[in-house]
Amino acid sequence: MALFQIAEPGESAAPHEHKLAVGIDLGTTNSLVATVRSGIAVCLNDDQGRPLLPSVVRYHADGSTEVGYDAQKRQAVDPKNTIVSVKRFMGRGLKDIAHVESMPYDFVEAPGMVRVKTQAGVKSPVEVSADILKNLKGRAETALGGELVGAVITVPAYFDDAQRQATKDAARLAGLNVLRLLNEPTAAAIAYGLDNAAEGVYAVYDLGGGTFDISILKLTKGVFEVMSTGGDSALGGDDFDHRIFCWVIEQARLQPLSPEDARLLMMRCREAKEFLTLNPEAPITARLSSGEMVDLKLDVATFAEITQTLISKTLQPVKKALRDAGLRIDDVKGVVMVGGATRMPQVQKAVGDFFRQEPLTNLDPDKVVALGAATQANLLAGNKTGKDDWLLLDVIPLSLGLETMGGLTEKVIPRNSTIPTARAQEFTTFKDGQTAMAIHVVQGEREMVADCRSLARFELRGIPPMVAGAARIRVTFQVDADGLLSVTAREQTTGVESSVTVKPSYGLSDDEIAGMLKDSMEHAKDDAMTRALKEAVVEAQRMIEATEAAMKEDPHLLNEAETAKIVATIAQLRETMAGDNRRLINIAMDDLGYETQAFAHRRMDQSIKKVLSGRKVDDIKTGEEE
Amino acid sequence: MDLTADFFSLFELPRTFRLNLSELDSRYRDVQAQVHPDRFAHATETERRLSMQWATHANEAYSTLKKPLERAKYLLHLTGHDIQAESNTAMPADFLMEQMEWREAVMEAREGGDHHELERLHLRLDNDIRGRYDELGALLDDAQDFALATDRVRRLMFLEKLLFEIDDALASLEE
Repeated sequence: MALFQIAEPGESAAPHEHKLAVGIDLGTTNSLVATVRSGIAVCLNDDQGRPLLPSVVRYHADGSTEVGYDAQKRQAVDPKNTIVSVKRFMGRGLKDIAHVESMPYDFVEAPGMVRVKTQAGVKSPVEVSADILKNLKGRAETALGGELVGAVITVPAYFDDAQRQATKDAARLAGLNVLRLLNEPTAAAIAYGLDNAAEGVYAVYDLGGGTFDISILKLTKGVFEVMSTGGDSALGGDDFDHRIFCWVIEQARLQPLSPEDARLLMMRCREAKEFLTLNPEAPITARLSSGEMVDLKLDVATFAEITQTLISKTLQPVKKALRDAGLRIDDVKGVVMVGGATRMPQVQKAVGDFFRQEPLTNLDPDKVVALGAATQANLLAGNKTGKDDWLLLDVIPLSLGLETMGGLTEKVIPRNSTIPTARAQEFTTFKDGQTAMAIHVVQGEREMVADCRSLARFELRGIPPMVAGAARIRVTFQVDADGLLSVTAREQTTGVESSVTVKPSYGLSDDEIAGMLKDSMEHAKDDAMTRALKEAVVEAQRMIEATEAAMKEDPHLLNEAETAKIVATIAQLRETMAGDNRRLINIAMDDLGYETQAFAHRRMDQSIKKVLSGRKVDDIKTGEEE
Repeated sequence: MDLTADFFSLFELPRTFRLNLSELDSRYRDVQAQVHPDRFAHATETERRLSMQWATHANEAYSTLKKPLERAKYLLHLTGHDIQAESNTAMPADFLMEQMEWREAVMEAREGGDHHELERLHLRLDNDIRGRYDELGALLDDAQDFALATDRVRRLMFLEKLLFEIDDALASLEE
C-alpha cells in the first residue's frame, strides 16, 4: 500500500508516531468515544468509569452547558432547556419530526433545519450535537494525553444528505477533523468481522434510540462490501417508550400533561421498557404535579402487543434490502444485532423468526459501533494496525435526482450505488431564448418531487440565448466517500462555461458555522482569532507531515530540483506558522499544494500501475507520465 | 493509464462480452485497494481529490462491466455503434405484439394479487433473457456482427425493463 508505513515485524513504530485518532458513535440516546490502544479497540470512560455519555445537553441562562448524566437527571425539572434525542432533529424541519406535541421544547421554525429556543438562546441541532462531541473530544484528549489527529463519526446508514451534512458540520463546530463519516451498521460489521474472521453474507440489524438501519454486507478476505442498505431514520427505541407512554395515558385516563409531567412519565416508560428485558412485569409509578398518582403494571405480553406494529415496520426495509441485494433469506449466514433497542426480547424473537436463525448478540450492542469506528479511524489515520489491512466499500442509501417537468423526479444516481460515485445527465432548454435554468436536487425513491426530500435549489445563469432544445446543460452529481453530494451544472454547446457548485441547503453555510464558532468562543471567553490561527497551524502541520511522509516513501518520483523546491516551500510554510498571520499561513499552504501537485499525480499513477501489472515500483521513472 | 482509458483496460481484461466475472471482482478490488479515499484520508488535498476521482472511475467501470446489458451497450459504444435508445424506438411488429402480451399478463397477475403467476412469469422471462445473452455473446465475440447485436441489445432493454416491473410487482405484493 503506497501510503502506509508498515514497520518490520518485531520492530514496532516509535510511540510518537502513533497518531491519536478516535471513533465516535453520536447516538440518539447515548454517545461513546473509542480508540485503538496496543492494537485493541477500547471505549474511553469518563472520570467515573462510565463508557456511555447520555446524549443530553442542558443550557443554563449564563450560556454554560451541562452534558450527559447530570443533564439527564435534570430533564424533568428543566425540560425546556434540556435537549434529549437531538439526533432526531438533525437536518430536519419541524414538519418532519414525529410526536412534536409530546415534546416540551419551544421550537423555532428556520429555513432548512428546526431550532430550539433555550434560556441560553436559540440553538440549532448542529450546535447541540457539537456540545456532545466537544465533551467526548475533551474526554479523549485527557485520556490519550494529546490532541486528536482526527475522528471517524458514525451516522445511521439511512441518513440522507441533509442529516449527514448536519453531522459533519457539528463535528467541525466541535473542532474535530473528520476522517470519515461511517455508516453505523458498517462500523459494527468491521468490529464483528475482524473479531470473528467472518466470511460470507451478513445482515446487520441496527435498532438504535431513534433510527433503524439494515445493511446487507458481503465479507470476503479483507473486504467489507455493502450490497444494500435500508431503514427508517425516524424509528427507534424512543418510539417504544412513546407507545408505553400512550398506553399509560389511556389506562390512567390522564388529562393533557405539563412538560415536566410528560418528561417524568416518559422517563418512567423508558425504565419500564428496560426492566422488561429481564422481567415478566414492570411497575410504572409517578406522582404528577397535580398530586395525582400513576400506578400501573405493564407485562411482557401487553408490551409486545402495543409495539408489534413498530417491529413489523422494521421488517419491511429488511425485505427490501434483501431484494436490492438480489439475495434470499437462506443466503444470509449471520445476523448481527446492534443498538440498545435490540435487547428487547420481542425484537430478537421477530428477527430470529424472520431470518430463521438465532441472531448474533455476542458483542455489546451499545459499544460495537464505537469500537468499529475506532478501528477504522486508526486505519485512516495511517497507524499500523497489527491485523491485516482491509477495504471498505459502502453505498448511498437513497437515490439522488433532479426535478423535471410536471414535478417528476429524474433519478441520476440510484440507491445502493457504491461510493464514491458520479453521474452526469444532460438537459436542455424549454423556451426560445431561455438564459437561465432552475435546478432542484432531491433525494428519495418516489416519483413525485413533493414526496422526496428537497436538498438544494440553484439557478444556472448565463446560458446564451438559443432556440428551445438547442442548449446542452450537463448536470454532474458527485457523491464522496462520506456519502455527501455536490452538484455542478455547465452549458456545453457554445463553449461558454457556467458552473455552479452547491452545498445542500440543509447544511449550514460557512458563514453560519463561523458565526456559531465565534459565539461558542465568546461564551468560553476564548479568543476566536486565536482559535482560527491555531486551526490553520494544525492544518499546515498536517499538510507538512503528509508531504514529508510521501517524499520519504517515493523519493524516486521527484528530481533534485523538485525536491529542493518542495523542501524550500515547506521551510517557508514553517516560518509563517511561527508568526500570527493566518492569511500568510494559508498562502504558504496554497504554495505547497501547488508545488506538490505533479508529485501527487505521479504517486497516484504509480499506485495504479502497481495493481495493474504487478510491475516493480522501481521501473517507474520520475516524471514519466507528465 | 489515465482516467480516459476504457473500462476493460482499467481492469486489464479482454474487450469481450463473455467475461470472467470472478476475475472482474478481484481486479476491481485490487484497484480499489490502491485508490480508495480511505487510503488517502491523511494525505494532501491533491491526493485526496485524485483518489476520489479514481475510485469513482473504478466504481463506474465495475458497475458497467458487471451487468450484461450495460456491458453490451458499452462494447457497442466502444466500437462506434450507438444504441440510439431515445431516438430509435422502431421495433418489429411481432416483437412489440409479444411485449404487449407479456405486459397484459403481468398487469393481470398484479391486479389479481397472483404471487404464484408473477413468480412463473419471472422465471420464464429470466430464462428467455439468458438465452438472448448467449446469442449476444456469439454476435459480439465470435461473429462481430455489431449491427445485429445493436438490434438484440435494444430488444433486451425492453425485456430487462419488463423483468424489473415483474420484480416491482412482486415487491409490492409482499408489502
